Amino acid sequence: MTEATAGRKIGKERISYRMLKNRLFKWGIIVVSGITILPIVLIFGELLLKGYRQINLNFFTEVTPNTLEAMTAMANNEVIPGGIVNGITGTLLIVGMASVIAIPFGILVGLFLFENQGKRYAAGFIRNLSDILQGVPSIVLGLIAYLWVVKNVTSGYSALAGSVALAIMMLPLIVRSTEETMKMIPETLKEAGLALGAPYYKVILRVMIPTGFSGLLTGILLGISRILGETAPLMLTTLGNPMINWDPSGPTSAVPLLVWDFYNDPNMVDLVWSSSLFLMGFVLTLNLISRRIAAKQNNN
Amino acid sequence: MKSDKLTKWLLLASSLIIVLISGGMVFSLIGDAIPVFEKFGWRFIISTEWNPTEGREAYGALPFIAGTLSTSMLALMVCLPLAFATALFIGEYFRNSAFSSVLGTLVDLLAGIPSIVYGLWGFYTLRPFVVQLGWDAQGYGIFTAGMVLAIMIIPYATSLSAEIIKMVSNELKEAAYSLGATRLEVVFYVILPAARSGIVASFILAFGRALGETMAVTMLIGNTNIIPKGLFSVGNSMASVIANQFGEADGLKLSALIAIGLLLFIITGIVNAIGKLVIKKLS
Repeated sequence: MTEATAGRKIGKERISYRMLKNRLFKWGIIVVSGITILPIVLIFGELLLKGYRQINLNFFTEVTPNTLEAMTAMANNEVIPGGIVNGITGTLLIVGMASVIAIPFGILVGLFLFENQGKRYAAGFIRNLSDILQGVPSIVLGLIAYLWVVKNVTSGYSALAGSVALAIMMLPLIVRSTEETMKMIPETLKEAGLALGAPYYKVILRVMIPTGFSGLLTGILLGISRILGETAPLMLTTLGNPMINWDPSGPTSAVPLLVWDFYNDPNMVDLVWSSSLFLMGFVLTLNLISRRIAAKQNNN
Repeated sequence: MKSDKLTKWLLLASSLIIVLISGGMVFSLIGDAIPVFEKFGWRFIISTEWNPTEGREAYGALPFIAGTLSTSMLALMVCLPLAFATALFIGEYFRNSAFSSVLGTLVDLLAGIPSIVYGLWGFYTLRPFVVQLGWDAQGYGIFTAGMVLAIMIIPYATSLSAEIIKMVSNELKEAAYSLGATRLEVVFYVILPAARSGIVASFILAFGRALGETMAVTMLIGNTNIIPKGLFSVGNSMASVIANQFGEADGLKLSALIAIGLLLFIITGIVNAIGKLVIKKLS
């Protein structure tokens, strides 16, 4: 719309009508924004209400019950015995290995992009690729990890395969946050280090990484919270396991996988709520912590 | 200095891992999708038949492509007014106030909820609601899946749009106010034209997110291999069919699923590339 037509349109209406419309629109915005955040309240409320009963010490120390045990407990109207410790250890193993792969590489790539900002070709190409990677659906990463690791490396479903899928998912996030953080560090700080005759790697390790530490940490925590709840790629790679497994080359369970199993087993449906509550609590806590760190950093 | 050169090489070498992963991904997907394309050719994309029975195997991806596109489109349309209003709330009406930071945090938390939890909520809360309203007997289908997807992509559309709306220069807005424009008119005649491409980009990127979502859609779409016939029709999506049928797949069926993964990869890649191009034009 050009200015002239806009002006003509506005000019035709009476001022009281325009003000009424203005006020209505503002309230519309407020109401619709309220509707937008309604789901998070509803979801969290439902998980809390239905899940709290199941959360006790056993929930964190025992492995998942079998269907029969769950059925008996349900029939007697008792709390289902057992817990999700096999899922918790599995998640720790898978996400831990994914972090060990993704964090160092992500920081190195981020540093590379930061160092070559001016140069168009190499850095621009890698930045674009990294953006493309970030957009790849997680299920496709699951397929890739299946083709690469399950078929060729561990010859069977394994925690390692899940870690590879999740690491590819996490990598672009770390790359991006590292580059953004490094851009915020004053150039003079780096130059001061170099002027003192410090070799470049020392400037990186002793000046840039410590100065940008909170920024890097924010990126890492957000990356971890992003991959913690992933289910689809794990279904194709780690399969699940009713026992605790610490072997990277063996099938492993994870909390989101257990939620999926419980959902599919009518006898264990009660456990769905507590394990989702645990998963979501974990993810959101990490999320909030990383936001806290980021906010603090912005205030300084 | 020697160590400086070494550091630079190390950085370059580790960056090549991104190239390796991306290249290897395309290579592997294409390599393992070839058998099904060799057998069915273009019919794989335009056929609606999906029959894994040995001897009479036939694979066509059209129902899944249709399911993915229709759920994502519906999600985009539902998300549009919600995310737009929220972005205006955060970026313009209550800019820099406590309200908007609380709202912004809550919206960002929506992005943190795992996909499977959305699926559960959709299954146990939204689906019975749809049944109760009498819209559909089972409650599964495009509508339910699209609604949950819409909620899931709201944070992606909102946070970028709000940033862009915030960036519209004050001089422009003040000029309009000084001419007697109301705030509503400033929003529609000043802010929107100035922030248009950024807002469009944020919705394109959110659409890209919706295309690849797996778990929530799998739990709600009904998993029936047909082209959806209406809003409440059941269907299946590309990501869901991979998740559902992968467990018992080998041979040609595995190749068909990987080919669907390849198609999904290409479609999301194109959508994201368009979004990124629009953003680039902006800056």
